[in-house]
Parts: sequence; C-alpha cells; structure tokens
Amino acid sequence: MKIVVQQDACVGSGQCALVAGSLFDQDDDGIVMLLNSEPSEAQERAAITAASLCPARAISVGKYLEPQN
Amino acid sequence: MNSPHRVVIAGASIAGVTAAETLRYRGFGGDVLLLGDEPHLPYARPPLSKQILLEGWEPDRTTIKTLQELDDLGIQFRSSAAALALNPTERTVVTTEGAERYDDLIIATGARARRFGGNTGIRTLRTIDDALCLRNDMGNAKHLVVIGAGVLGSEIASAGRALGADVTLIGNKGQISFGSIGKALSSQIQDLHRGHGVALQLNVNITDVNEEDGFIHLGLGNGQTASGDIVVATIGTIARVEWLEGSGLEIADAVVCDEKGQASPGVYAVGDVAAWRDPTTGKATRVEHQTNAIDQAMSVAATIVDGQESIAPVPFFWSDIHGVSIKAYGWFYGHSLEKIDSTSEKGTLFASKEDGLTSGVISWDLAASAFRKSCAFVDESFTQRYRKLIVEEQR
Repeated sequence: MKIVVQQDACVGSGQCALVAGSLFDQDDDGIVMLLNSEPSEAQERAAITAASLCPARAISVGKYLEPQN
Repeated sequence: MNSPHRVVIAGASIAGVTAAETLRYRGFGGDVLLLGDEPHLPYARPPLSKQILLEGWEPDRTTIKTLQELDDLGIQFRSSAAALALNPTERTVVTTEGAERYDDLIIATGARARRFGGNTGIRTLRTIDDALCLRNDMGNAKHLVVIGAGVLGSEIASAGRALGADVTLIGNKGQISFGSIGKALSSQIQDLHRGHGVALQLNVNITDVNEEDGFIHLGLGNGQTASGDIVVATIGTIARVEWLEGSGLEIADAVVCDEKGQASPGVYAVGDVAAWRDPTTGKATRVEHQTNAIDQAMSVAATIVDGQESIAPVPFFWSDIHGVSIKAYGWFYGHSLEKIDSTSEKGTLFASKEDGLTSGVISWDLAASAFRKSCAFVDESFTQRYRKLIVEEQR
C-alpha cells in the first residue's frame, strides 16, 4: 500500500492525525504532513480509516487490498 | 454465477466516489462502475465557493480522484453519463451512454440548486462550471446580490467583497443560519459581514424581479429595492430523483430508504438524494451534509461487501468568510454555545454542551494546532465509535 496526500485539497480538519498519528501530522496551518508513505501491514487499517474520514478526500491509499474471496 | 458481481454507482460526487473507494478498501473483488453526468473527473464541491471563487484555483485542483487513481482502485469511471431510468426487475440502469446491468446499484445522483426568479438571469452555484462562470463575471461586477443567508450565501458575499464589488445579502429568517451550527453564532457572523461592508437585509421577502440594462432589480417586502449586475440565489437544493419516476421506488422529496440505506432489493441510495429512515422515529429524512454523505456511502459499501458496521466520521464542517476560518467539529443540536477560555494567541473557541458534556467545538479563527487539541474536548460518549479506532491503532 502506498499513501498519497494532496496538500492542495487538505482543509486541516486533523482527523487523519487523530486516527493515525504515526502516519500523519499537521503543519502550523493545519495542513496534512505525510510521515510515512509506506505503512506497515499493522498500519494499513489506520491508513484506510484516515483516508475514509478525510472530509476533503485529500488522502488516497492507492492500490486496494487483495480481495478476500 | 459466471460473471463477477457488479456494483453500479450513479453519481460521481463525494458520496459516489466514497462508496466506490470503500468497496475496494473493504476488499470487494467484483466490478465497480462509477457514472458521472458531468464531463469532468469527480470533483469536490466545498472549494467551489471558497478557493475557486477567491483564490483563483485551477479547476483540476478540485479533482477528488484522477483517472490513474481510479484505475489503481479498479474503479471504472464514465463521465457525461447521466442516469435516465431504472428497471429494478431487470436490474438495469439506462444512461445517456447506454444501459448497464448491475447486481447492486448505489444511487448517488445528489441534488440540484433550487432556482429563483424563473427565467431571469439569477444564478445558482452548485457545479464547477457554475463556479468558474461566476468567478469570471464577478471580476467585473459592481454590485453583487446574494439571496439566501446561509453558509454558501455568506461565502459568495465574502468573495464578492474581496473582489471589490458592493454586496447585499438577503434572507427572510431574521438572521444568518450557518450550517450545522445553526443560529448559535449568527450575531458574530453578521457583525463580521457588516464589518466588511456587506449590506444585510435579513428579514425580507422578495416581492418582484425585474431585468433592465444588465441589472436585476429585486423588489423587497419592506419597500426597498436591491439591484445587482450579478444576482446569485443560494436557497437550497432539490434531490435529483426525476429519473427514478416509474421505477417503483418510494420517492418523497428524496429516495426513501430503510435505516441501512436500502430502497429496494439490491438498490441503495446515499447522500443528498437519499432519505434514510430513522429506526427510532420511523421518519425518513434527507440530510444535506458532506459528513453524512461520506458516512452513508461507507455504510452502504460495507453492507454490500460484508454487512459489517462501518465507522461513522464525526461531523466536521468548515468555512472561510472575510478571511476568518470557522471550523465546527461534533454535534450541535441547536444548543447555545459557551465561549471557552483559551490561551491561544488568536481566535476564539466555542463549545456546545449537552447535560454538562461537550458535544461539539467551534473554532473561530483559532490556530490549527489549538483547534486540533480542542477536538479532544468533545465527550467520549459522543465519539465512542470513533475512539475505538484510535485505540486499535495504538495497539
């Protein structure tokens, strides 16, 4: 999985940093800063949650998980 | 079944895109077809009345997903494909680009702006094309009149002032009502408008509309007239349900769904076009809020994939007027707000309380870091589902 953030789109809600603080932080203006674009397997779920909760859809987690069935 | 399970999503705005994305995030292995009726890639609407109008953003900066990103997610995207009819028995959607078979259909066709003044030149702002046209013309406008005193009206009025036009903001409810915050900060917002030279007429009806010499003249119930070379109405929206006529679905002012978003077997509706039934009250209500659209889209995608509960985002809403950033996180229920003592250098923090607990916080121009800290004040009981995740991540 590869995380991509669009700083242009970010509105600084901070929800990503709240649910996945090991992957995302915010700068002084609240704009998203990506700490690690390649999450470990254990971090993947948090990355997806952050992408899902972003009100500006500024986070993309790229290639989807392998289908379970 | 030989062919793979196929989900068709009618509507490629935030609700439709989130549904498509969540299907993949949940491991859905079938086909996903996303249909958009506009000629553009899926784009975000919040920047239209903000960065597009005011900061000169190029339109592609509002793009939610590029073709490459959609492709990486295994989402087939078709633009300029408007849904025309639904046949639930045959499980097909007829579009301007042909008929599509589905196993599950997600209706996410959204809403259109309610128009005012019949065939006069009074505009609305809903699409990227509306926004670019308004931006282009507003550069030369002398007097801008905005009908509708809410968030969108306030943002357009603010952009008009920044571009040097005279601005009149007209409402008929006595005060400004600001998104999920309601009227709790009306007086502050009204003072902000006045301080930036916006003329407010907040308790008048419009009695007639005349066009003359490139101006639109609005006769007001108090005997005055408001005239603008640009007039924009921001008086709400209408769910886009007309294409579902004859489909057999129950339609009120929106597609009526059960509490999981299902309208009929294999047909779901999400976002501005949907009215989900509240299991406790039995009432089906349309909720026009971006967080709600995301929440419903995630929930329906989860239902289709594995029936497991999805994670609802905490309602979040933001606006920018006259350079003041207003952010609201949580639930407000129309309660009165308390001003919270804050040690930050600029801005003010307000909190909404219910039974002594903080249900939501509003930042009035606080620094981002201060706002982020304040989000933690929102009581656990309101954010239980949300918090579960934070714990999971910390494990």
